[in-house]
Amino acid sequence: MTTDTAATIDLSTWSCPLPLADYPEIVMGHGGGGKLGNELVEHLFLPAFRNAALENLGDAAVFDLASGRLAMSTDSFVVQPLFFPGGSIGALAINGTVNDLAVSGAEPKFLSASFILEEGFPLAQLAAIVQEMSAAAKTAGVQIVTGDTKVVERGHGDGVYINTTGVGLLRAGISVGPALAEPGDAILVSGTIGDHGMAIMSVREGLEFESQIRSDCAALNGLIANVLSAAGGAVHTMRDPTRGGLASTLNEIASASNVGIALDERAIPVRPDVRSACELLGLDPVYVANEGKAAFIVAPECADVVLSVLQAHPLGREAARIGTVTTDHPRMLVARTAMGANRVIAIPVGEQLPRIC
Amino acid sequence: MKYLDEFRNGEIAQRVAREIHAITTRPWKIMEVCGGQTHSIIKNGIDQMLPVGVEMVHGPGCPVCVTPLELIDKALAIAAQPGVIFCSFGDMLRVPGTDSDLFQVKGRGGDVRVVYSPLDAVELAVKNPDRQVVFFGVGFETTAPANAMSVHLAKRRGLKNFSLLVSHVLVPPAIDAIMSSPGNQVQAFLAAGHVCSVMGYWEYPPLADQFNIPIIVTGFEPLDLLDGIRRAVIQLERGEHHVENAYERIVSYAGNLEAQRLLSEVFETTDRAWRGIGVIPRSGWKLNAAYRDFDAEERFHISGIRTVESPLCHAGDVLRGAIKPGECPAFGKECTPRRPLGATMVSSEGACAAYFNYGRFLSFEQLAGAGR
Repeated sequence: MTTDTAATIDLSTWSCPLPLADYPEIVMGHGGGGKLGNELVEHLFLPAFRNAALENLGDAAVFDLASGRLAMSTDSFVVQPLFFPGGSIGALAINGTVNDLAVSGAEPKFLSASFILEEGFPLAQLAAIVQEMSAAAKTAGVQIVTGDTKVVERGHGDGVYINTTGVGLLRAGISVGPALAEPGDAILVSGTIGDHGMAIMSVREGLEFESQIRSDCAALNGLIANVLSAAGGAVHTMRDPTRGGLASTLNEIASASNVGIALDERAIPVRPDVRSACELLGLDPVYVANEGKAAFIVAPECADVVLSVLQAHPLGREAARIGTVTTDHPRMLVARTAMGANRVIAIPVGEQLPRIC
Repeated sequence: MKYLDEFRNGEIAQRVAREIHAITTRPWKIMEVCGGQTHSIIKNGIDQMLPVGVEMVHGPGCPVCVTPLELIDKALAIAAQPGVIFCSFGDMLRVPGTDSDLFQVKGRGGDVRVVYSPLDAVELAVKNPDRQVVFFGVGFETTAPANAMSVHLAKRRGLKNFSLLVSHVLVPPAIDAIMSSPGNQVQAFLAAGHVCSVMGYWEYPPLADQFNIPIIVTGFEPLDLLDGIRRAVIQLERGEHHVENAYERIVSYAGNLEAQRLLSEVFETTDRAWRGIGVIPRSGWKLNAAYRDFDAEERFHISGIRTVESPLCHAGDVLRGAIKPGECPAFGKECTPRRPLGATMVSSEGACAAYFNYGRFLSFEQLAGAGR
């Protein structure tokens, strides 16, 4: 989806065009708990997210899950711009929570979707976002079963904020977590890093690069299911390196597991256009956000199996083995540079800032 | 990456490093002037590849680091004013002033924006005729042409709401000041390649002669830096002292004449205070009389600035090459990137930040003495 998609949405094609068409922009009444809000639910959210649990529109969704352990995760999405090359806030809101559940070893099942809308926000754009959410949920195989809508006064929001909370069922026999990395484990990443952050930056800042960088925004539960089926208990840790990038994620694992992490800088896959854009701005791709990548820490004897499973999946074709867990330099991430020297990759203080020169 | 990976070839780098080892018979202290070079040296681990005794001393070439505290405080005061859009390159936002930084001003409601070019700030002024747009014109000779172009364009377009807060500093006077300072131990310089791409290197032969120092115009990639160091060591071992251009793919003797013409149209040299170092005569640029209307200091008349540097911070000694970051008592303790006392810890090009971020697996003793 590109930035102009919102403009192409034709409200007349929606299930009941009249009430929505009366208000082509969000008004405070859409969040007032009255008729306008109901219309938003009935004519926009329900048709897009339709399923049995949502259908009853109760105060809570009621659903059956097989007995077992549940995982639950929540995340709020405040991205600007709302549409960017390779995705939108809607796709992010689904995939982000799906991935948080998936890397915890759970099979994502049900999501909530809460919208904080700004007065004056075009309904056509909201419809486009909802359509993206619906498509992303279908792809990920999850259902949106409950939700909420609030409207804030013009100037008090950024168009739309979305919160999603997800529930998933933990797979039997799988135990993964940031504190479970062991010395000797192999570190793998499912593909090129930095794509999402640079895609956002290129449109947000109006930077023009020779090629359009696209976000990697995607649901990883299918890919992760394949890995767990093949390697099961050999997978010790999985994380999706979103904000703060691969550097933050691996630093957190090193700290939580009290181990060192040795990376081979040359093995970390980075798209050439992303690398060029990072060079131009003085940014390091290891700190740039991803929305469709996972890092895996697995027992060394299963590293090759996991790598081949990853590479066999459409979302993992460029997967690579990038390093090893070690007892050296505990709680630190140290990369072997292309020069053959070592450097620490520290956890970033805040967002990376483009350099003067 | 075409024309970049070629300069990051590990095998060739090892070969050049072995050559440096083979020709080195004595300890040498070589200063890289530019913070970008410091960053590249530490990030790529080049200091670890050099013979014991060949020491890279980090110079004052981080524009963020040497911007005087008083000017940062002025920037904070201007940015906090209602009706102002204050534009800056990203890495100035976290630099601590006396009481706060630009991020905090933004958090309190100031309209602080990161731009990638001063020309973007000019466009903001065009689009916001009822607001005053100020661009923080920081940097060495490298960033100066674009900043000069911004006021040139603003004048040509008749903009009354654009101004520049200027803190431009110049490399040759800094080399002169470092070599003239008592106790100086620097024996050779790697001149900053991108500065020379603008200014050429015609200013350097008199310095090489006056102080008997090799000056090598050097780029930023690992092989550029190793080649610059190799050439410096060859000259030092032979007792020679002349200027060499090891960055011929970018730099010519005369430099970019069109950029120099624009610079002389807009700026004039002035005495400039360098944070942590002090005033260096004729080491900076300010807007000249023809462009004074675009000077933010003149436009906003900020007064009553009282600057207070942290007494624990030894950034000035680091910038002069007198100590290594790890030798500062506050390094990694009271002073970290999260809570920086001085600009050398906050700027991504700052020597302290480079050491903290990339070299922390070395002991403090190693950090203090790396390369000695």
